[in-house]
Amino acid sequence: MAEHVVEASPNIEGPRPLPAADAARDWLAAMLLIRRFEERAGELYAKALIGGFLHLAVGEEAAIVGAVRALRDRDYLISTYRSHGHALARGTEPERVMAELMGREGGVCRGRGGSMHMFDGERRFLGGYGIVGGNLPLGAGVALASDYLKRDEATLCVFGDGASNQGTFGETMNLAALWRLPVVFLVTNNQFGMGTALARHSAVTDLMRKGESFGVPGMRCDGMDVVETEAVVAEALAIAREQRQPMLVEAVTYRFRGHSMADPEEYRTREQVAEWRKRDPIDVFGERLEAEGVLEPSAREALDADALERIDAAAAFAEQSPFPAPESLYDNVYVLGDQVRGWYSVDERAAGVHRGEDERALAERKRRAGNGEDGG
Amino acid sequence: MRYREALNEALREELRRDETVMLMGEDIGVFNGAFKVTAGLLEEFGERRVRDTPISENTIVGMGVGAAMSGLRPVVELMTINFSLLAMDQIINSAAHIHYMFGGQARVPLVIRMPQGAGHQLGPTHSHCLEAMYLQVPGLLVATPSTPADAKGLLKAAIRDDNPVIFIEHESLYGQRGEVPEDPDHVVDFGSAAICREGDDVTIVGISRMALTAQRAAEALAAEHDIQAEVIDPRTLRPLDLDMICGSVRKTNRCVIVEEGWPHGGVGANLAALIQEQAFDWLDAPVARVTGADVPMPYSKPLEQIAFPHEPQVVTAVLSTFRDV
Ligand SMILES: Cc1ncc(C[n+]2csc(CCOP(=O)(O)OP(=O)(O)O)c2C)c(N)n1
Ligand SMILES: [Mg+2]
Repeated sequence: MAEHVVEASPNIEGPRPLPAADAARDWLAAMLLIRRFEERAGELYAKALIGGFLHLAVGEEAAIVGAVRALRDRDYLISTYRSHGHALARGTEPERVMAELMGREGGVCRGRGGSMHMFDGERRFLGGYGIVGGNLPLGAGVALASDYLKRDEATLCVFGDGASNQGTFGETMNLAALWRLPVVFLVTNNQFGMGTALARHSAVTDLMRKGESFGVPGMRCDGMDVVETEAVVAEALAIAREQRQPMLVEAVTYRFRGHSMADPEEYRTREQVAEWRKRDPIDVFGERLEAEGVLEPSAREALDADALERIDAAAAFAEQSPFPAPESLYDNVYVLGDQVRGWYSVDERAAGVHRGEDERALAERKRRAGNGEDGG
Repeated sequence: MRYREALNEALREELRRDETVMLMGEDIGVFNGAFKVTAGLLEEFGERRVRDTPISENTIVGMGVGAAMSGLRPVVELMTINFSLLAMDQIINSAAHIHYMFGGQARVPLVIRMPQGAGHQLGPTHSHCLEAMYLQVPGLLVATPSTPADAKGLLKAAIRDDNPVIFIEHESLYGQRGEVPEDPDHVVDFGSAAICREGDDVTIVGISRMALTAQRAAEALAAEHDIQAEVIDPRTLRPLDLDMICGSVRKTNRCVIVEEGWPHGGVGANLAALIQEQAFDWLDAPVARVTGADVPMPYSKPLEQIAFPHEPQVVTAVLSTFRDV
């Protein structure tokens, strides 16, 4: 399969200038946090503390951190089932991400979504989605709301090379361009859709060009280089915002681990993985920071130690967080406003029917309590 | 033989028997299938007949329909039943309706295989049981095998049939073992239910994996409550062997239906209506249903475990039909 894969190539345009020292340290720290988080998640999965499907983004840290750092706080982010890193980069506490992976009440979605379904509305991360290609229309819809409400916001919609073959890809590109929405589509080209190499799933392997015929121009960045990724995504976001021109950015990267934890990786060679690992985005950036005198080697080690410590705390928090209570099974099936009348659920588990009385009463009590605070 | 191997054997035998049979699906070739059902088939039959496709469910199914209209017998694999929702348009508006809409001039001998089911903590986008949705559509055949023998026999029947077939496997059954007839022409007819256990006191109908749950509940009922349950696995939901089910109900006078999917408009809701239409005078108690919880499937293990039926709920439901009325 090797002949189908884009060769690991050095940065074509030459290295972009480093950001200010504080930002550089922050980017490295964010990448380290993701790496250590993913490694720990893999270990906890092996110990059966995490279940279901677990998709790690080891190797893709620069593509994640570079893209997320290009966003302003008021911009939106929407991603896939491989997005622990996106949540962490956006600032979601690792404790709550890890607790979600363990299915605990303290998780970002109270254990309902699991690893594939991250969410942090406060930080404008509108979710990781388990259906390949399912988040593209949503991303354009978020941009539609920003545009409609005349809010100065852009949306970054992240998906994989494999997702670019879904019907939603073409349909979303067209409509985003037609309505001139402030959205950037970021295709994380990690060379594979599950076990299928890029050239075996996409007739056009130059992914940045896949939006052109729909009116969405493309840009490419080396997704192993956090500096370049940030610069290119920031430029695309500026174009989307200021010129109302949606953009497609291809970040060329590689996933070092299997597609999910249950992947024998028979579709690629060890040599290929080793070749890409030489371009480990964290090592490359860390070494550059040292070479250009931004960071002492000891400071780099200290950042890594901080990340590990944070992950220890996250794992400890998650393990102590309780599992959701059985009575909470029906929470949030509906938004129970006063308009919901009659029974909405019938189940032998809960004596007859659900009419929402309990939930409504609780909501009312909360509302009163909230008003009381406002008044006082 | 395991359920997954029985399916593999059915595909292998049909690929050997009929040149027009071909497979399409995501990661079914080089990766050997997300659940390894197609393991080794690319190797034996080559890329012409076993095709890895991009992630494009609606189009893969649509191409299957077109190919089926013009001489092939495609078998399309979708990784899970939740992803078949992306292909719902082609499944209903094309596959199911073409034969009727064109006055019988065209046929769609297409099989769409996919697993369903909870229990692996795959959360709200990967774990549902949606047989009830397909059950509703005229023009489709719907199979839900629960044993390796039925998996093989029904898949072979599905491939040989001239109608579009929704072939619903279960993720928790792939590793199940069972006897499978060696005869390469062992097929199980659509519309013939199986009696998994005989009994005179109550009829329990179990759908897909729930046929096994029903059998375990029946053993518990016999051991602990001296109740002899007759357990029926309909095996195909469309066509449905209503004669066998109603025949059993006329004998036992009680019926409990067990399914993993949602209660509203579910398999049991439909079947209970049919039973009361056909066997009302024989019923000594209302038909009872045991279903999955009326919620999207949660990820968290303890919640997921209470969101689909286990033996104790079936036992309770059966006992409820013996309450004095
Ligand atoms: C509609 C749909 N089809 C299939 C799948 C199963 N699946 C999950 S991830 C994946 C590969 C996606 O590849 P890509 O878009 O490149 O993203 P990556 O996993 O490489 O990050 C597949 C086929 C799915 N989740 N949703
Ligand atoms: Mg990919």
